Amino acid sequence: MSSDTAKSGMTISIWFFIGISLLVNGVIIFGAGVYELFQPPPADARVVLFQYHAGVWWGAVLAVLGAFYCWHFAPSRTKH
Amino acid sequence: MDGMNPASLILSTSTLVHLSPVDLVIIVFYFVLVLAIGLYLKGRANTGEDFFLAGREMTAWIAGLSFLSANLGSLELMGWAASSYQYGILAAHWYWIGAIPAMVFLGLVMMPFYYISKTHSVPGYLKLRFGEPSRTLSSISFAFMTVLMSGINMYSMALVMKVILGWDIHFSIWVSSITVAIYVALGGLRSAIFNEVLQFVLIWAGALLIPVMGLIEAGGMSGLRARVIQNAGEAYTHMWGTMGSADANPMGIHWTGIVFGLGAVISMGYWTTDFLVVQRVLSAHNLRAAKMAPIIGAAFKMCVPFIVILPGLLGWAVLPFKLTGEDVAAATGGHSYNEVLPLMLARYCGPGLLGLGVTALIAGFMSGMAGNVSAFATVWTYDIYGALIHKNGTDKQYVSMGRWCTIVGVIISIGTAYLVMHFHSIMDYVQALFSFFIAPLFGTVILGMLWKRATKAGGFWGLLSGTLSSVGMWAWVKVDPSALRYIAMSPHARDMAENMYRALWSWLVCVIVTVVVSYMTKPQPVEELRGLVYGATEIPHEEQVAWFHRPVFWAVVVLVIFVILQIIFW
Repeated sequence: MSSDTAKSGMTISIWFFIGISLLVNGVIIFGAGVYELFQPPPADARVVLFQYHAGVWWGAVLAVLGAFYCWHFAPSRTKH
Repeated sequence: MDGMNPASLILSTSTLVHLSPVDLVIIVFYFVLVLAIGLYLKGRANTGEDFFLAGREMTAWIAGLSFLSANLGSLELMGWAASSYQYGILAAHWYWIGAIPAMVFLGLVMMPFYYISKTHSVPGYLKLRFGEPSRTLSSISFAFMTVLMSGINMYSMALVMKVILGWDIHFSIWVSSITVAIYVALGGLRSAIFNEVLQFVLIWAGALLIPVMGLIEAGGMSGLRARVIQNAGEAYTHMWGTMGSADANPMGIHWTGIVFGLGAVISMGYWTTDFLVVQRVLSAHNLRAAKMAPIIGAAFKMCVPFIVILPGLLGWAVLPFKLTGEDVAAATGGHSYNEVLPLMLARYCGPGLLGLGVTALIAGFMSGMAGNVSAFATVWTYDIYGALIHKNGTDKQYVSMGRWCTIVGVIISIGTAYLVMHFHSIMDYVQALFSFFIAPLFGTVILGMLWKRATKAGGFWGLLSGTLSSVGMWAWVKVDPSALRYIAMSPHARDMAENMYRALWSWLVCVIVTVVVSYMTKPQPVEELRGLVYGATEIPHEEQVAWFHRPVFWAVVVLVIFVILQIIFW
């Protein structure tokens, strides 16, 4: 159990909440990025450097990081 | 500590950014999550120690990130991005010399005294060291200035949301403040801290993409530098090289103002005595964590220019038009400095990413506001209500008062926001009022901690005279603007220089008066100073840990990197 939760008998670490936040945001951004990959907006409505598809890789990074935090700090793992 | 003038944004009517449904889902999810954290923690705030100091059980990482996040007020991101466009890389001084030495000093030198004395607040330490009058002066000024500043920040943020997103000002004020009131009143400082750490992560997740994409477009650091020199001038790329004379740099300030005014007084005053940030460190679970927390905060603070200063400089490199001051922008229909960050956000971020970027701005505002109201609730409950109004209250009564204070603090903030909406000039006066207390308070606290001979009378009169001298200098320049040349010691000095030198002189007045009055009055017995003053206090030894777990090791690492950064960007 991490010491930020130990003394108060809490079972959910702050890092688990952060994991949820990153995971959900990452999945949404990744999904929006993939949608734009296959259904690109008109050229005059695209962001600068659209060809790099930042939403896809940045969303994936956030989702993977969030998933790791959710797993590592899951209440079932941190509770003894 | 931000550099923009949001009142004038009301002149602007266009909307910079258009959100998609995906963006709105991300923003709504953020609000749901912070409220869920508050609800989850509501059963963990039953005692005073729980509610006001988060049970003193936070790890160094959590206390350190929260310490930094509470400072990321409403306009920190946008304000300093605007300043870096306006003044160049000089704006980074507020993140490096204007923060790092002070944070390390707090961790290594001052934290042991705050922590050992078991005080609930900085005014509480003043009571122990200098008696009731000093605490009363400090707590009343802090409590009222904190909620007033919170209201001003609230109004500023609502105005920014109107300009960027077209949101109704009343909607922004009420939704954000009610959310903060709910989660802080329910879970106390623990809830504020947990949400601040979450907000810190979201700020980075939402803002980091701008410098990354900007550097790709500008051709890396060398491309950025070449374009800034071409479009703005060589002076915008140097931190120290142009500081030999006030007329050689865009900020109009001499290096002595930055080193002694900003680095030695203002930043020391803010980071070591402003209870808004110190409260987070007091929640640490042991002395080593309390010493490590500001050092962890310092390490991350050094990185913040990457998401704040760099986007402002990138504005010079990649935007196809030039940004101007508010008045010129309003007259010509162009864009102002203050819009540089949202412009860069809209430039690179599509659906989803835009929502996360706007969430980062909202998170910055809410973490600052939660910091304000939780610090206000603590100082009001212990240092005003408990000390002057209801001295023998029970712990339960104080917790109840803390919850009500949180709500009352938010209501006063909202009232201030509406007051400022109708009387814009109030904003300047309140911001000036806040600056009057920081530098003299640092003088009083540092002498109290390091000098046994400082007496109660010396502490009180030093604090009072330092504050009054700051008010006097401010009024002098207000009445006669040419007086700035005397206070800032240069005919080329500009507004920014006044703050630096006024802080320096008021700190000196405080120190001199404290020393003189202390020598004129009877010294306090050493027994009364135990646990409060260097030389009269035995600092507990840290538990036996490896060298790489010791705060002093990481403090040296942080300071070495700090020096290297100064040389790189000289």
